[in-house]
Amino acid sequence: MQTKRSIFTNRWLPYVLLAPQLIITLIFFIWPASQAVTSSFERQDPFGFRTTFVWFENYTRVLSDPSYANALWNTAVFAFGVVAVSMGFALLLAVCVDRAIRTARLYTTLLVWPYAVAPVVAGVLWWFLFNPTIGLLPYILEGFGYDWNHRVSGGQAMALIVIASAWKQISYNFLFFVAGLQSVPASLSEAASIDGAGPFKRFWTIIFPLLSPTTFFLMIININYVMFESFGTIDATTSGGPGQSTTTLVYKVYVDGVAGLNIGSSSAQSVLLMGIVIFLTFIQFRYVERRVNY
Amino acid sequence: MHKFTAKAGLAALAVTLSSSVAFAQTEISWWHSMGGELGERVNQIAEDFNAGQDDYVVTPSYRGEYEETMVNTIAAFRAGEQPTIVQIYEVGTGTMMAAEGAVYPVYELMEEYGNDFDPSNFLPVVTGYYTDTNGNMLSMPFNSSTPILYYNKDVFEEAGLDPETAPTTWAEAEEMSRQIVESGAANCGMAITYTATWIGSENFSALHNLPYGTMENGFGGLGTEFTFNNETVARFWDDLARWQDEGIFVYGGPAGGSDNAPAFYSGECAIYMGSSASRAGVLANTDFEVGFGMLPYYDDVDGAPQNSIIGGATLWVLQGHSDEEYAATAAFFDYLSSAEVQAEWHQGTGYLPITQAAYELSQEQGYYEENPGADIAIEQINLNEPTENSKGLRFGNMPQFRMVMDEELQSVLAGDKTGQEALDSAVERGNQILRDFEAANS
Repeated sequence: MQTKRSIFTNRWLPYVLLAPQLIITLIFFIWPASQAVTSSFERQDPFGFRTTFVWFENYTRVLSDPSYANALWNTAVFAFGVVAVSMGFALLLAVCVDRAIRTARLYTTLLVWPYAVAPVVAGVLWWFLFNPTIGLLPYILEGFGYDWNHRVSGGQAMALIVIASAWKQISYNFLFFVAGLQSVPASLSEAASIDGAGPFKRFWTIIFPLLSPTTFFLMIININYVMFESFGTIDATTSGGPGQSTTTLVYKVYVDGVAGLNIGSSSAQSVLLMGIVIFLTFIQFRYVERRVNY
Repeated sequence: MHKFTAKAGLAALAVTLSSSVAFAQTEISWWHSMGGELGERVNQIAEDFNAGQDDYVVTPSYRGEYEETMVNTIAAFRAGEQPTIVQIYEVGTGTMMAAEGAVYPVYELMEEYGNDFDPSNFLPVVTGYYTDTNGNMLSMPFNSSTPILYYNKDVFEEAGLDPETAPTTWAEAEEMSRQIVESGAANCGMAITYTATWIGSENFSALHNLPYGTMENGFGGLGTEFTFNNETVARFWDDLARWQDEGIFVYGGPAGGSDNAPAFYSGECAIYMGSSASRAGVLANTDFEVGFGMLPYYDDVDGAPQNSIIGGATLWVLQGHSDEEYAATAAFFDYLSSAEVQAEWHQGTGYLPITQAAYELSQEQGYYEENPGADIAIEQINLNEPTENSKGLRFGNMPQFRMVMDEELQSVLAGDKTGQEALDSAVERGNQILRDFEAANS
């Protein structure tokens, strides 16, 4: 690890320069997070008149609640689905664009567009396409004899939120994969090709391992996306239903805190969620990173 | 001399300034959840009130759906930015009543600032929902409705049914729906809003004179427990699943079910059960003949039909405002409960007339003769003297509980549970929610 040391002549200048970022972090991240930690130990009525310190009651109740275990499982399925679909498709598209010579730029521009769409809008879009009553896709599926109604079928609802969330994330992943592919020296695969390796062999033995830093980075980003930012999409498409089959951890934090006004339980859940994400990131850096070639 | 006039001028100016301060209009904010056409009517009411006198200005502002308005209000209250008047839906009543420090009870407000305000002018079925155990009115009735049945007369005729006869029992509703679907007159029979909650269990229980919870459905105190897991409700939920499989009922989603109204408007479903306040929307969005009826019931259940219960919202006054603002609020409530304003609101929207006077005025104006079906809601809510089981519900954390109900019904419709299993589980989960509420509020 390289270290660079800059010398500031003014003693205060570095602090002044850091101040805006520090203040924003304090006000918008540290302070609310500390509030969440505090209220996770309390029981409070919605208006905040009566506050009782209840130690770990909120935690023990959340952890013994079968619907929390259900949300945990949903989150795992959802995370796996979104990461696999969005990174798989992004890689496929990136490889295709990398081979296209004249139109690469045009494709890149077009493929980035979905990223500009807000999660809720993406949700509404897919909600329309898959709407059991007025949607286009259920109508087409019916032609094939497949009955689509994600209002009743939990599996279909999960598929819907995976598609809607992954679709938006493909653009982001795609950009990084394109950049990653461009940094793979052409000479390596040319050499392999002279040695008689076919395109698939070249991809899996040369290009894919060299892409691993990008893949690793995207995995962390995507898991964070799934954990936190997928809220808007879920709210707009399935609202966590049917029967909690698409209630993920972050959506449950919202349902219990905002709709159910149970602030204590909701805070405890958000603290747990924070813990889970920290733990996952730690595991990834500790074990997965070792296998990554930089 | 010049100096004198200048002084006099200054004095005069000072007097005008101070008097203009004294006569400054008191402005009060009114948060509500009336979107679209209803929102325009709310704005009209406020505008008319503002134009009718010079002292007060009411500023309505739309804050999203009922649930959002309630959450926003609570957040605003915690930040000290609460409005003077807020419209809260009936399921939020338990939470608001328990929030004693946040709410300025309407009966106290009107005693202090009101002008001959008489709570007995209001329809008892409406006020009963919003009074405390001592009979004091805690919030101002505004928009109350009750679910009724709408049907597509054209489709009925095409299916060979009598277009002038609405189904009265569930057996009839099932039979007619089957005939409609089999004859190809429409793709589905029934669309039911609030399938699991307001219509499918709450009004269902009231109509069949079945208890929803202990302690007079929660009116008796915070220690109440849910008891709606009886065989009649279970039978209804099982029937819903069966009807869905047969294609004569289509589930429109949780809560109100956003797919229900479009399904009826487009002619996809022939029967629609929804709020009486949907009347304006139904008439505006359909180009076929619409018939009206009461909610169906099981005729083999003793005591059915009893009477239906209300939904909708009332206006709550919040603490933390000045005397002038409360005087303005009282004046506005006086205006709002006048027979003319109420009759116009009732006729324009399909909400119930909430005062006896407004109902009588509408009769005098010949409204019910000109608009057949408009009085069905009033008849249904006054069908019988309300019993302990049919005067309403009062449970804390009701919004959260209703989500549980939606989830449980969904698992019945998905074939994962029987009606009885789902209701048993809903009662168990619901009671946990009630205990949380009790613990947080005592």
